[in-house]
Amino acid sequence: MRLDDYRAVAPRGALDIIHRLAERLAGRRVLHVSAGRFGTGSAEMLTTVVPLIADVGIEASWEITGGDPPFYATARALGAALEGRERVLDDEALDHYVEMNRVNAKKLRLDADVVIVHDVQPATLVTDRPAEGRWLWRCHFDCSRPTRRAWSFMRRFLGQYDAAVFSLPKFTRRLTVPHYVIHPAIDPLSDKNRDLGPLQITRQLDALRVPRDRPLLVQVGPFTRAADPLGVVNAYRLVRRYHHVRLVLAGTAGEDQESVEVLGELREVAQHDPDVIVLELPPEAHLQINALQRAATIVLQKSLREGFGLGAAEAMWKGKPVIGGSAGGLTQQIIYDVTGYTVHSVDGAAFRIRHLLNHPELIARMGAAGREHVRRSFLATRHLTDSLALLIHVMR
Amino acid sequence: MSVHTFQFVGCVEVRQALDRRALDERELMDRLEEVPAGSIAYHTHGYFLRHRPFTTPYGNDFAAWVAVHVRDQALAERLAVINPFEFTDVEDLREELTSTIHDHLLRLSSVPQVEFGEPFYFQQSHLVEVPLGPACTTLAEFRAQLGEVESSAIYVHMVEARTRLGRRSDDFAEWLRTSLGLADLAERIERIDTYMTSLERVRARILSLVDAALAEPRS
Repeated sequence: MRLDDYRAVAPRGALDIIHRLAERLAGRRVLHVSAGRFGTGSAEMLTTVVPLIADVGIEASWEITGGDPPFYATARALGAALEGRERVLDDEALDHYVEMNRVNAKKLRLDADVVIVHDVQPATLVTDRPAEGRWLWRCHFDCSRPTRRAWSFMRRFLGQYDAAVFSLPKFTRRLTVPHYVIHPAIDPLSDKNRDLGPLQITRQLDALRVPRDRPLLVQVGPFTRAADPLGVVNAYRLVRRYHHVRLVLAGTAGEDQESVEVLGELREVAQHDPDVIVLELPPEAHLQINALQRAATIVLQKSLREGFGLGAAEAMWKGKPVIGGSAGGLTQQIIYDVTGYTVHSVDGAAFRIRHLLNHPELIARMGAAGREHVRRSFLATRHLTDSLALLIHVMR
Repeated sequence: MSVHTFQFVGCVEVRQALDRRALDERELMDRLEEVPAGSIAYHTHGYFLRHRPFTTPYGNDFAAWVAVHVRDQALAERLAVINPFEFTDVEDLREELTSTIHDHLLRLSSVPQVEFGEPFYFQQSHLVEVPLGPACTTLAEFRAQLGEVESSAIYVHMVEARTRLGRRSDDFAEWLRTSLGLADLAERIERIDTYMTSLERVRARILSLVDAALAEPRS
């Protein structure tokens, strides 16, 4: 993708600002380091942003760290513990993780004007930072309630960075370095978000066997307790007493026990109610998700716990009102009573669904407002703008 | 900016989280007294820059938090009517905000706090300014660029200019008056109420005033 491809979707003048910011960074080298190129939110974001940075004339590169199975296992455990989940972290495993990153540091070319290290796996590379260049730690998850052991280990490395960057102020933790805030964003030209014609939507829904004879309530998300798909089913049951609607729950199931249990319970529900459709989709089912969101009357993201939760922005970009849980980044994305509602309970979700179904003019108005809100605040072009401005700021 | 030309400048906010938050209205007042002036400006003037294209009924982050998360409509109302653009000094604005909360708390038997909402997280921002387009020398050139320029330029010239320079006049009015001798047009632009509206509405209002001036027969 070229930056100019975004001209039709970005707000007026946004690309001019990006080009002007880029002029101030001409000749600089920016390096991103992450755990991998696929399968995470940060990888998805870098896939979009790195080529765009290069397209505006800045030397941009993206490296990944590697190691042996114990290295990956420790990095995963440490990441989970930093998100507040209890994990066993023994000294030997942590030493090995640090040592493997020392090996990574020797293999990678780390001399850049700004090095941005994403999340946990490559985080300790900072111990081998060259004398020149600014180093930023980009944290894509909620780091506000880590386990004590994990934080005590990680803090000494994070203090060696020049700054940290979080997705929300509430995801931060006290650090000795400044912490900046950049909201994540969606790529409006990706398969998950690009415009689809009515025929394409119909084809996708036919293939998924989702009839369109009734208003569709759609929740896309993992089959976990945190995403609360069972709460959505209960809200739907309260709504169906008054409205003939269909509920679609689509997502990718993990291999963990919790996912298996939740999916099993949802299938049980769907077996007894033909208006509840449970779709287990592969991770690359971007076009299907796009079509489902576009076919929806109302999109739900009734999470009890959430990261930034960009699914809300994806749905708003498609002109849909969103009813989200009062969790994570959903309160930041959904403008209450303007682009949708944040709710605290099953009853609250049901009430807002009924409210919207009884006022179809609100559905159209909120949908249009949501699209404009996302255009301004949650597109990749805004993310690029913020990132370039941050680079200029930290290089002052 | 030279005396005779006008250079549009846009801006991007680099947001910085501060290690300060409030869970109730007294904490909000206490933190308000100690945070950097830049944080007060971020949560008041900056609200105008961030809330585009929509405005909410509150006008600043403090009023919005008190209304949505503490659910104290009485204080939210009182904070919402504080127009930050009337203060040329952020310290005066800080004083107005803290004394309003203090006065409100004096009337209550307990301090309203967050029950189901989120804490207030103090932030501040660093503005990275960016020149946009060629400099203008005539009203027609000014009009053409104003119609196309990224909306943050409206913020820089209509809002930031006043707080940055501590003056009542905005950049547009200042240039139109001093460089083009258009005192009437400058005065009309100065009278635009920038509070509780959006950058695009302000742009539209200025454009209509400039169009009217361009349509006037030249003497």
